[in-house]
Amino acid sequence: MYLRLDGITKSFPGVLANCGINLEVDRGEIHALLGENGAGKSTLMKVLYGFYQPDAGTISVDGARLDLRSPSDAIRAGIGMVFQSFMLIPAFSVVENIALALPRLGVVPDTADIRERVRQYGARYGLTVDPDAKVWQLSVGEQQRVEIIKLLVSGARILILDEPTSVLAPHEIRGLFEILQTLRRDGYTILFITHKLKEVMAIADRITVLRKGSVVGTLSRDKATEQDLAYMLLGERELRTDTFSRRGRADGARPVLELESVSVPGERGRCGLAGVSLSLHGGEILGVAGVTGNGQTELGEAILGLRRAAHGRILLDGVDVSHATTARMLEAGVACIPEDPLRMGVAPGLTIAENMILTERRRFMPRGGLFTDWRAIRRAIEERIENFGLTIPRLTVPVGTLSGGNVQRLLLLRELSRRPKLLVTFYPTRGLDVAATRMAHELLMMARNGGAAILLISEDLDELLDLSDRLVVFSRGAIVGAFRPGEIDTVDIGLLMTGAKRHEWHDSPASPIPAS
Amino acid sequence: MARLARLADSRLLIPVRLLGLTALAFVAVGIFLLLFGKNPLAAYRAIFAGAFGSTYGLSEVVVRAIPLMLCAAATAIPARIGLLNVGGEGQLHAGAMAATWGALTLGFLPRAALLPGLVALGLLGGAAAALVPAVLRWAAGVNETISTLLLNYVIVLLVEYVVRGPWKDPLSYNWPFTPEFSDSARLGLYWGTRIHAGLWFALVAIALFYFVLRRTRWGYEVRVIGDNPEAAVRAGIPLGRYILLTMCAGGALAGLAGMAEVCAIQSRLRPGISTGFGYTGFLVSWLALHHPLGIVAMAVLLGVLSVGGDQVQISLGLPYATVNIIMALIFFVVLGSRFRAARTA
Repeated sequence: MYLRLDGITKSFPGVLANCGINLEVDRGEIHALLGENGAGKSTLMKVLYGFYQPDAGTISVDGARLDLRSPSDAIRAGIGMVFQSFMLIPAFSVVENIALALPRLGVVPDTADIRERVRQYGARYGLTVDPDAKVWQLSVGEQQRVEIIKLLVSGARILILDEPTSVLAPHEIRGLFEILQTLRRDGYTILFITHKLKEVMAIADRITVLRKGSVVGTLSRDKATEQDLAYMLLGERELRTDTFSRRGRADGARPVLELESVSVPGERGRCGLAGVSLSLHGGEILGVAGVTGNGQTELGEAILGLRRAAHGRILLDGVDVSHATTARMLEAGVACIPEDPLRMGVAPGLTIAENMILTERRRFMPRGGLFTDWRAIRRAIEERIENFGLTIPRLTVPVGTLSGGNVQRLLLLRELSRRPKLLVTFYPTRGLDVAATRMAHELLMMARNGGAAILLISEDLDELLDLSDRLVVFSRGAIVGAFRPGEIDTVDIGLLMTGAKRHEWHDSPASPIPAS
Repeated sequence: MARLARLADSRLLIPVRLLGLTALAFVAVGIFLLLFGKNPLAAYRAIFAGAFGSTYGLSEVVVRAIPLMLCAAATAIPARIGLLNVGGEGQLHAGAMAATWGALTLGFLPRAALLPGLVALGLLGGAAAALVPAVLRWAAGVNETISTLLLNYVIVLLVEYVVRGPWKDPLSYNWPFTPEFSDSARLGLYWGTRIHAGLWFALVAIALFYFVLRRTRWGYEVRVIGDNPEAAVRAGIPLGRYILLTMCAGGALAGLAGMAEVCAIQSRLRPGISTGFGYTGFLVSWLALHHPLGIVAMAVLLGVLSVGGDQVQISLGLPYATVNIIMALIFFVVLGSRFRAARTA
């Protein structure tokens, strides 16, 4: 075996993230690590990358035992990793970013040489990217390619990719898979972290399934079926198909949210919003499809009062709220699941209980909070959590110790139990595993059926088509298409999203929503 | 080993760690003293004998701990939302100046009416000095570390101006100070020492700081901002208001320290009312990790060093700077260990 992990054990305070994990990977193999959130995939790979030191266990490559004390040790041993959030410096060019990753960078870096190598790798593996472009100008897919080139240039032979597809549009995923297959042909070994069964079946040679920090089993792809994998992934839990009970929405009612040709300036070369109009009723889910960075953030932030619209009006229940503060919007019944829950939705150093009251401070801490009964608050939250079928260890641990998926669940729970009138949700299932995604979808559907208006901003087209009552496609800060699910398939949406195709058949850009 | 590391990280052991690190700094200074042919043990004996060897020494430790506690709170409160207030020195002088104005113009009032007014003036003066950098930060994003630091020089020079110019004592034979305050403007001294009522101000202020931070919604919102300002803004917490509030609350406490210095210790305004209390208070706050109880402990420790510093000069002929070096080394060691902890966490 080329790469061997033997008995890797790693614990964090209160959590056993990896428990005696054995993993063997061949040279020139695409090996998928499949598991739910918190199954220990990322921890295991961070151990292999020297980012964490294991409590026990050994790592060897080609029979030689490695002692990895830091990522630079790993890079020297030919192991490289692309993290879920990219480690690039936006203001630097592609070449400059890659120069930073080189183990022996001269005092005066030979940029011409690096540029040449970027071109070579680009041509050989289809990793096309302009070496002199600034990183902030690149799309997410291009940034990912830069990350991969970075690994290749620094001499990595074992590439670890942490959920590489979660940020990509469908046709970009296909492109990535082609790149990975070329790399495999040249003898690169690829470790691919994911929780998506379809991708595993499409690309992996062998699959190792992790659950609760242990290996459930390793299968080769030709012997595996999606059904088997799902069973291994979820354990005894019942597998259901996604069907939602959908109650018809209240017709003729005044829309909860209306945008009248709202424009928001973009920041740092990003496009803002360019004259967007839309309306959203109670009991309706409006899906917003688009590649990240095409105005969705600005849309959400304008509605939440975090950004001012330069032109146009935003109406909530018919009242102009274009200049309302965020605090007022929250009080008026607007809730938000932000795109990066850990960074935007919670205070990681505060306890779970403290975080769960963040958007209802006045209710839970009346009269200045002088007489706050934390015990009662914790009981109330525990009850909610139980009702939602979540298992959270203790409410007194800092939120930062939870996995990303659990933070997302808590956020959904926190915001939905406020019974919001309008919910703006960004990528509600990004980073969630199969079970949690299903739960999140059911919660959103329940809120919809309960009369909430939901703006669903997502890149997951299956999710958008499953949940939305109506769908708009965003590109460069404007709506480039409006549909009902069933009128369009994922490939066409994907092409519209990336501007590869313009939608020719909607009547006028000012009123892109077909009358219902 | 892993268990040991976990133990070292547990909150209960933070005081133990701080003590250990402080000891490390003493050892380092000891080596330094040895290099210069001085006996470090004799120096340390002199420091601690100076501070603990007599009632006078002990009382002087408390006298110096009072402004240190208040100035440390001036750093710690804004630090809780991530602001660096280096302006304790200037805010202290501003409070002293405001109180002096009150004492000089309203000196005819009876004590019961005048003193509360002077306290209020001290608080207001300090708050006003902090308001300037706070507004600049809030409205224009000006870095408060730089603006508070630079404002120190402005305010100290302003004090120099008033004691040489408009407020100069006509009977002072050209010494730069104001006339002596009337008796009704004097804070009480206790037990025949120089310990004054500022002690209660400091302890009440620290207790209030602790209470507000831990037990009120405002303290809760402050902790959210300190932990993650972006999430705070998205949860509708008015960040700008808290920038103004915490800076002014901090500045007010430093101003109160200034008021206590002029009304209890000096009985008049003059240059040098503070021997760097604002800066040492900043140090105290960081050593205490901005924790209210830690501030009391660290203020006393630095009070000991500062009183002991006088003794070192007298009995060993070492410069007062010896004590500054010890303080600086403690600071480096403690901060260094914090960065290490942050890196390995």
